[in-house]
Amino acid sequence: MRAVVLGLLGLIVTAVPGRAQDPIQPPEHNPCEVPGYILFGDAKLEHVKKSIEQHKKLTILVIGSGSSVLPGTDGANKSYPGRLEDVLRNRFPDVAIKVIAVAKSRLTAADMTQGLEKILTEQKPDLVIWQTGTVDAMRGVDPESFRTSLDEGIDHIAESGADVILMNMQYSPRTETMIALGNYADIMRVVSRDREVPLFDRREIMRYWNDNGNFDLNLATKDVATAYQVHDCLGRAMASLVVEAANLDGIKTRPTQ
Amino acid sequence: MAPAIPTDRDLRLDLFRGLALWLIYLDHIPSNIVAWITIRNYGFSDATEIFIFISGFTAAFVYGRAMRDYGFVVSSARILKRGWQIYVAHIFLFVIYMGQIAYVARGFQNPLYAEEMNILEFLQQPDIILVQALMLKFKPVNMDVLPLYIVLMVTFPPVLWLLLRNSTLALALSVLLYILTWEFGWNLPAYPGGGWIFNPFAWQLLFVFGAWCALGGADRLHDFLRSRITLAVAAVYLLFAFCITLTWHIPWLAPYVPRWLAELIYPIDKTNLDVLRFAHFLALATVTIYFVPRDWAPLKSRWLRPAILCGQHSLEIFCLGVFLAFAAYFVKVEVSPGIPMQIAVSVLGILIMIAVAWMLSWYKGATGRKAVSRTGHSPDADLAGGEG
Repeated sequence: MRAVVLGLLGLIVTAVPGRAQDPIQPPEHNPCEVPGYILFGDAKLEHVKKSIEQHKKLTILVIGSGSSVLPGTDGANKSYPGRLEDVLRNRFPDVAIKVIAVAKSRLTAADMTQGLEKILTEQKPDLVIWQTGTVDAMRGVDPESFRTSLDEGIDHIAESGADVILMNMQYSPRTETMIALGNYADIMRVVSRDREVPLFDRREIMRYWNDNGNFDLNLATKDVATAYQVHDCLGRAMASLVVEAANLDGIKTRPTQ
Repeated sequence: MAPAIPTDRDLRLDLFRGLALWLIYLDHIPSNIVAWITIRNYGFSDATEIFIFISGFTAAFVYGRAMRDYGFVVSSARILKRGWQIYVAHIFLFVIYMGQIAYVARGFQNPLYAEEMNILEFLQQPDIILVQALMLKFKPVNMDVLPLYIVLMVTFPPVLWLLLRNSTLALALSVLLYILTWEFGWNLPAYPGGGWIFNPFAWQLLFVFGAWCALGGADRLHDFLRSRITLAVAAVYLLFAFCITLTWHIPWLAPYVPRWLAELIYPIDKTNLDVLRFAHFLALATVTIYFVPRDWAPLKSRWLRPAILCGQHSLEIFCLGVFLAFAAYFVKVEVSPGIPMQIAVSVLGILIMIAVAWMLSWYKGATGRKAVSRTGHSPDADLAGGEG
């Protein structure tokens, strides 16, 4: 596992050489490190690979709810979609990379599938990152309907020709006894496996960061600094997943299974 | 010392219900490392199945006798009274929960969790939320077992009546309801949306099966349960469930689950008591009964006494456990979330449960004898979870 972490760390460092000297990210302890077994799976992003290799273009559409957005005038750049765009642009300078975020607070999976076809036609993304689950769990949406919404959304995205990555909920220690996420997280895992689409397991990643001491997610603070850092790491981890699942550089970062 | 336990009762019921109560407590503390010892991590079913099954068993044992002795009306009244007690206990816990959430939430404004904090909007509309809670539609996280128990109890009189007349038919109808529920997706509505986390139409199967066992079913199954073939099948199934569960905790093992098998078994639906969970409970019970006979000597030892005491006061200890899980979460959030604290609150919580169970037994022993002679209650009433 150590080797995997180091491999991933190396990938991130090579991806963004400018950040390696950044004081918040000393190379000896990278707060963004994520074990490969949490981050990577078997599902592949074929369309992303083709688009980058053949057209030197990658348009990513992020659809999601409130946890894909951060407040502040610089919120759009500091949230994970903005960070993802930055990291990928640095990694692939000769590819036209664009990340479009369509995220709004309080949207359920069903809400997001409503206008999905229209957005897909307008933006023609190569990859859709679909962050969902939190609002459905909070509203207690019928689990079966939640699953159907996910399937429908994935159908629409597949019809448009784009790849998709599902992103599940945040790990939030303060609200653990208030929002029952488990069932919805399980459903997302099942759907991702059935449909062979990658799952960005944000919940496990953030739990790992919290338990490992990288971030104190229990902290009651109005300050956005921690939120910015967490989103920076989420953006980097997502970039690693895209690179790995689309097999973009042949760097072996998969754990030996 | 605690009062002597009458030897004619099946102490195994108390023992395993007590253990189930401890496991439920451990599982209800979020992100608790000690919860790794609980059975849900090693198979499909968890302590809830044990609790509901034994509750059905003891309810039939106690009220079945009452129905024979005093008739349908009197015994039904006692069952409904019991349901009412559980309802009051549930609302009491709900009030504690609300107070605690309001306190924890106050001043928590981390911008990372702006979306999650929307959940606290319900604090702004106490009119709606209180009424929904009284109607058992709004149920906070981890407060789903008692509402299920309430529904199972208040609908129990006709079920018990039928069980006493034609137990096979009653069990068959229960299975039929379970199948129809799966077929048509029946469930009770919840607030703000969806259905009950523990669907009563599905979970009744376990309760009725427990009741059926208490009223002669267990005797009928005796030879079947003692057979080595049954034991072997149960053991193999437990091993299978263990291997599957292992792949949930060790992600790189997941690809070893064949795709056809994954498509067949997932998702394992807790809400509707997935048949895999039910089967897992049956297998667990079969193996347990095989190795723990009724006259198993350690049942009388002092080491198992704490669990037995907790099991004998299941309603009180269950409620206490829910409260203690809130308290443990509170301490984790406000003081320290680390592993030493997780172990400390886990151990301390169980010790408090034991102390309170011991106190309840002492109190019952000190005041109970008079009450029994006055009301004529059967001395086994507390088998149903400490009826007062």
